[in-house]
Amino acid sequence: MTQDTTPLLMMQNLQIEGLSEDRWTPIVKGVDVTLGKGEVLGLIGESGAGKSTIGLGAMGYVRDGCRFSGGTVHFDGIELTTADRETRRNLRSTRIAYVAQSAAASFNPAFKLIDQHTEFPVRRGLMSRKEARQDAISLYRQLQLPNPEEIGFRYPHQVSGGQLQRAMTAMAMACRPDLIIFDEPTTALDVTTQIEVLSAIREIVDQFGTSAIYITHDLAVVAQMADRITVLRHGSEVESADTASMLNAPQEDYTKSLWAVRSFTSAKKAAVSEGQTPVVSLKTITATYPGMGKPVLDDVSIDFHAGRTVAVVGESGSGKSTTARSLMGLLPPVSGGIELGGAPLAPDFRKRSKAELQSVQMIYQMADTALNPKQRIRDIIGRPMTYYRGLKGRQLTEEIRALLHSIELEPDQYINRLPSELSGGQKQRIGIARTLAAAPKLVICDEVTSALDQLVAEGILRLLDKLQRDHDLAYMFITHDISTVRAIADEVVVMQQGQIVEQGPKDQIFAPPFAPYTGLLLSSVPEMDPTWLDRVLCDREAKRA
Amino acid sequence: MNAFLYELRRAPLSAKFGCTVVLFYIAVAIFAPVLAPFGESEVVGYEYQAWSTENWLGTDSLGRDMATRMIYGARNTIGIALVTTIIAFAAGSAAGFFAAVMQGWVDQALSRAVDVVISIPTLIFALLLLTIFGASVTSLVGVIALIYATFVYRIARAVAMGIVVMDYVEAAQVRGEGLWWIMRKEILPNAAPPLVAEFGLRFCFVFLTISGLSFLGLGIQPPAADWGSMVRENASLITFGDLTPLIPAAAIGLLTVAVNFIVDWMLHKASGLKT
Repeated sequence: MTQDTTPLLMMQNLQIEGLSEDRWTPIVKGVDVTLGKGEVLGLIGESGAGKSTIGLGAMGYVRDGCRFSGGTVHFDGIELTTADRETRRNLRSTRIAYVAQSAAASFNPAFKLIDQHTEFPVRRGLMSRKEARQDAISLYRQLQLPNPEEIGFRYPHQVSGGQLQRAMTAMAMACRPDLIIFDEPTTALDVTTQIEVLSAIREIVDQFGTSAIYITHDLAVVAQMADRITVLRHGSEVESADTASMLNAPQEDYTKSLWAVRSFTSAKKAAVSEGQTPVVSLKTITATYPGMGKPVLDDVSIDFHAGRTVAVVGESGSGKSTTARSLMGLLPPVSGGIELGGAPLAPDFRKRSKAELQSVQMIYQMADTALNPKQRIRDIIGRPMTYYRGLKGRQLTEEIRALLHSIELEPDQYINRLPSELSGGQKQRIGIARTLAAAPKLVICDEVTSALDQLVAEGILRLLDKLQRDHDLAYMFITHDISTVRAIADEVVVMQQGQIVEQGPKDQIFAPPFAPYTGLLLSSVPEMDPTWLDRVLCDREAKRA
Repeated sequence: MNAFLYELRRAPLSAKFGCTVVLFYIAVAIFAPVLAPFGESEVVGYEYQAWSTENWLGTDSLGRDMATRMIYGARNTIGIALVTTIIAFAAGSAAGFFAAVMQGWVDQALSRAVDVVISIPTLIFALLLLTIFGASVTSLVGVIALIYATFVYRIARAVAMGIVVMDYVEAAQVRGEGLWWIMRKEILPNAAPPLVAEFGLRFCFVFLTISGLSFLGLGIQPPAADWGSMVRENASLITFGDLTPLIPAAAIGLLTVAVNFIVDWMLHKASGLKT
């Protein structure tokens, strides 16, 4: 990597404040960042650490309701915090570019990809429209998009999420900027897609010698991408070092705790005894969405036993969540049966009895939409208790307090709060408490940790594991995160395109020889080793050859 | 309540003005018998007397005191408009939520029926129905509530549609909760802000419609005082350069402006904008 002596970007003692409740509160509390030409810096931390704010600050931009309150941002000799609008605008379009987390939300759905791509170079007079199109196509080719000649003439909704993210990277490259800011570009993608996007981004950044700031909460990803890593927490820098030494010898306790997150593993449980009736079992169910010919679930059979966790894995669209919805009776299967303790269960939830509904409960992925924002914690948790178990008055309050205790939230402090007064992890705990309040037999956990930071997610996994032992619960654990499966599962079901491709005990599924699809899924999970991406790409190249 | 006062203190000037005016109107309506110098339909002198210390705003076409009738008019006009708007909102939101939860043919049937009513011009439809059912206060309230419930239905349904797809509503359905619970506990609290704002706006329209109908002679019937018919009864005074008939009209106008100031403020709060 060639490094000039003068840094491209220098942020000194950067301070940014945000307006909340009519008061200016600091978001970024004096962070120093220096980025040389052609260097890639990884910014890492939990949500709320100020990563994105710093990333935007590097462009001399703050979000609505925020302001620079101190420090400087020097980009190639220009002071951005005090520069006038026009200067900053010119820089942003041509010399600094930004790749957002959700490409789907960042493209204008009404225009073709290539027209959005060529807008800036043409408007800035850098290229003619024809040249810009040629250039776009060559960038698409370099980013390994399928049919580079033709893909730009599609609308954003006509290409997949991974392709869109690459198209956005291509667009950021359109003016050959000196600096690109990647804000969690692969967080919303499946592991198998993520690997393609990562390799494409890395290659193109290398090729043009572009400097980059790579923002993510995934350590394993940043290890592949960055030359240097800065760890942030609560708007301050925790430590900063080059990637190899940061991974091998982190100095601060907080960094060590981040590194150690993936250490949690549930203790091994006794095997299911022969002839034990499963709590719930799916028997060869097939389901279709109305008006669609092809079944979204095809011949799916899974048994759920008390006190055990079945993890269902696969990429998005593989039918994981649909299986859960069929089981819940939200999408009644067209054939096959669902059994509850050996007795048949009505396919449609409206035809199930109260006791039947009570025994299967679901924890949702997004706690934000799963909790009614206008109900207090007391009501959210209390309602299932009143509804299913007829608890009232003092007894109800006692029970709510006991439950809050068991999910590690202080009852006095939380019982009268609204969901908006909780953090993401606390909301998910309340979501868990609501299902437990019903005293169920089977709990469906639909991607419960995927919207959370790793430290918080680990806390949730530990909690779920403890609750499972206390209440002898059966879990259906839906996830696309293999490390979560390794931590918590007893049995694993691998799904692809609505079918089960492999199922069995965890040790058997995760030990070689792998079934082809399982192998692909497993090898796509990023590892902390900085050479991981190279290795995987080499392996795959070798196999193809 | 304290929270409300706190909000009010920080409200823009227009909202404070709106609140003051509305409170004043409400006070006048409630304390009408105490405030008014004469009886509601008491004849106190000759017709069309000029403003004097005894009859502050003069007398009307029958020799009744204008100031007294203005005060009682607040009671009748605002009271009936309020009752009508409340009924329209109760019926309209209930039907809208119901359609949003049930979807399918229930939603279709209700929505198309509402479309039919909306497609007929409001005033003409009201005139038609009032001619059929007769011009009593009950039929006035019923007819206008029905017409305005259709507008409320459309908003309630649209807002509820966005809420029904939330996971917490699904969670309540899967828990086995009944329709009434879902409408009341899961949807209503979340649909309330836009509906409250709409309430203020619709209240003005209802108010204007009633005044308009009264002006046409199909609204609140004599001898009960109301502002709309007061404009009509005394309209001929304008030709003599007397401004008295404009006073009830101005009272209607002022209330409409005041309510809209409050609504704007609430809409702004609901939208969550900071500046």
